[in-house]
Amino acid sequence: MIPFLLYLGFFILSFVAVRAVVGGIARTGFSSLKTVTFGDESAVVPDRRASILSVIALFLLWGSFTGSALLPSFLHMPGPAVGEFTFEHTVQDADGNTDDATVTVLVYDPEVTEGEPEVPTVDPGDGFAKNDAMIIETYDSELARLQNNDELTRDDGTNIIAVNGEPITPGGRLEFDFGSITMSTRGSLNIAPDQGLQMEPIWLPPPEAVVSRLFEIANDGFRNFTLLEHLGYSLFRVVVGFAIGAAVGIPLGYAMGLSNWFRGWFDPIVEFMRPVPPLALIPLVIIWAGIGETGKIVLLFLAALWIMAIAARAGVSGVNITKVHAAYSLGASKWQIMRTVIIPNSLPEIFTGARVAMGVCWGTVVAAELVAAEQGAGMMIMTASRFQNTDIVILGIILIGVIGFGIDILMRIAERYLVPWKGKS
Amino acid sequence: MNGLAINNLSMRFELPNGSAVQALQDVSLDIKQGEILSVLGPSGCGKTTLLNIVAGFLAPTAGNIVLNGSDVHGPDAQRGMVFQKGALFEWMNVRDNVSYGPRMKGQRASEYAGNVDHLLDIVGLGDFKDKAIYELSGGMQQRVALARCLANDPDVILMDEPLGALDALTREKMQSLVLKLWKETGKTIILITHSVEEALLLGERLIVMAPRPGRIHKEYQLPFADLGVNADLREVKKHPEFGKVREEILSMIWDMEEEIMGRTEAAK
Repeated sequence: MIPFLLYLGFFILSFVAVRAVVGGIARTGFSSLKTVTFGDESAVVPDRRASILSVIALFLLWGSFTGSALLPSFLHMPGPAVGEFTFEHTVQDADGNTDDATVTVLVYDPEVTEGEPEVPTVDPGDGFAKNDAMIIETYDSELARLQNNDELTRDDGTNIIAVNGEPITPGGRLEFDFGSITMSTRGSLNIAPDQGLQMEPIWLPPPEAVVSRLFEIANDGFRNFTLLEHLGYSLFRVVVGFAIGAAVGIPLGYAMGLSNWFRGWFDPIVEFMRPVPPLALIPLVIIWAGIGETGKIVLLFLAALWIMAIAARAGVSGVNITKVHAAYSLGASKWQIMRTVIIPNSLPEIFTGARVAMGVCWGTVVAAELVAAEQGAGMMIMTASRFQNTDIVILGIILIGVIGFGIDILMRIAERYLVPWKGKS
Repeated sequence: MNGLAINNLSMRFELPNGSAVQALQDVSLDIKQGEILSVLGPSGCGKTTLLNIVAGFLAPTAGNIVLNGSDVHGPDAQRGMVFQKGALFEWMNVRDNVSYGPRMKGQRASEYAGNVDHLLDIVGLGDFKDKAIYELSGGMQQRVALARCLANDPDVILMDEPLGALDALTREKMQSLVLKLWKETGKTIILITHSVEEALLLGERLIVMAPRPGRIHKEYQLPFADLGVNADLREVKKHPEFGKVREEILSMIWDMEEEIMGRTEAAK
């Protein structure tokens, strides 16, 4: 809730600040003369300053809530309490006599302190309840064995009745500056030092931890394979699976677009397989082909096949009949029409299909590797999560996103070069 | 025997709901080599069907087409077609579009290049040979379509409202160009149009078709195409005969439209 409110605040603040200090972006060209811009989508352009601030905001929040060393400490959210604090507790014996004793607690950060620190030595003090000392790790809580050194113990009928003068009963809970104290049903105190607002690294590691993991894995590898091998395996599977899928799917789509028999024969299969998510095929593919490369490639082949077949079929049916008529009356043969009219005319559709198929394949390969694989981006994050290496999980997610984005950009560039007429006729 | 003979052509479309439309009924025409014929008529009179049958895209339910002594079955390079729009190949540049026919015949670049360049110069696109189709205006695209058709050297050129999508000024220029190309190449041309003026200006011979069933209603022999070859078309339009025939045809078509409307009303 707090991060979300902070993010919202940052959004509003940066909007207002940028507007006030620099002003809105100037619309350029023809749009600058438009008086109606609200509702005119073509007049809406992304404000790049907002994009930059948006990325900064995300990293600020991330760094701030993880106590990142990349941020000055005044931007950090309050971290877990570290160091010594004391509190008093009041013990009552069976006869109704009470005695106070002090508890000294040392909270240490295992990431900073080597090994367990010494338990602080304290003077036992007088009375039947003696002073105690204990150590607790940050983000941890500890049951206090306060009566171990006392003259009278629970067996003698003593009870803790108050902490720092505030009464407490079994099941009760008290809040102090240093954290909270709860009493178990059997009457023992459980001490939970204040955890602050930062995330424990096991939930969310700071950005620099992810970056240093990147270098570590890039240099030393992860689970017997280097980072490049993990990513390379995933990419290899996608490329091979997609290539085979396209090599079979495109001719299949053309055949379906050009022949009654092919259309009739494959329509039920394609229409049935199209809505089946490739992820649902993973178990069957594993049963049939095992968890090796064959299984992955068969899965990706199936993921790409139907998309490419449907794209090619749509490409053929999208051919303007006047173009085909024109080619016939210019003396072209069927094969020449296939080569010079139908194939080029269907390329824009096929490229759209290829972009979709590549996206689906990339998602499918990661999912398949999550289920079972010896190497690959998905296997990397799945294994890391089993060992609670959250930094590797986050690193893997970022790399998967970057590569998926990169694939789409490459497809778009290829599209611009290979089908420059797309959307222009 | 040279020329195009359209013999007793009938075309009946069966509709999915069981009814049928008689698009053409017993249409006969003899078109001499080198003649330019324009075809007019209200919408639904079957003029595009007629053209598609002559091109070979449709088989008639009765009758036949004979070109230079042989029957027409299916489309071929003898009958070139210029469409209203959308028939150019966007994935080829202007030159490759125009040289499409010769290339499909297996000619080498050295054989067709001179003719293609010459045709592009005639239609005024000499400087646009390497442009992409989508970079050209609508008028320029139609000039490419004309040049592409001519580069294939067909016996008959079929034009299906080739200028229908152009603005008035461009259209006028293109009309002059069509007349010029007709005179220079001596091709037989069948032109379908919605515009009475265009039909009068470009047709040596003009046919008015009537709908339901589609048939030839009236035929004119006109002097304007020959006049227009050497004169400004705006001058041709001032010819006293021009206005007279135009009014006559306009009211003829108007009556047909009225009759269709009346029939539709009555059917309701």
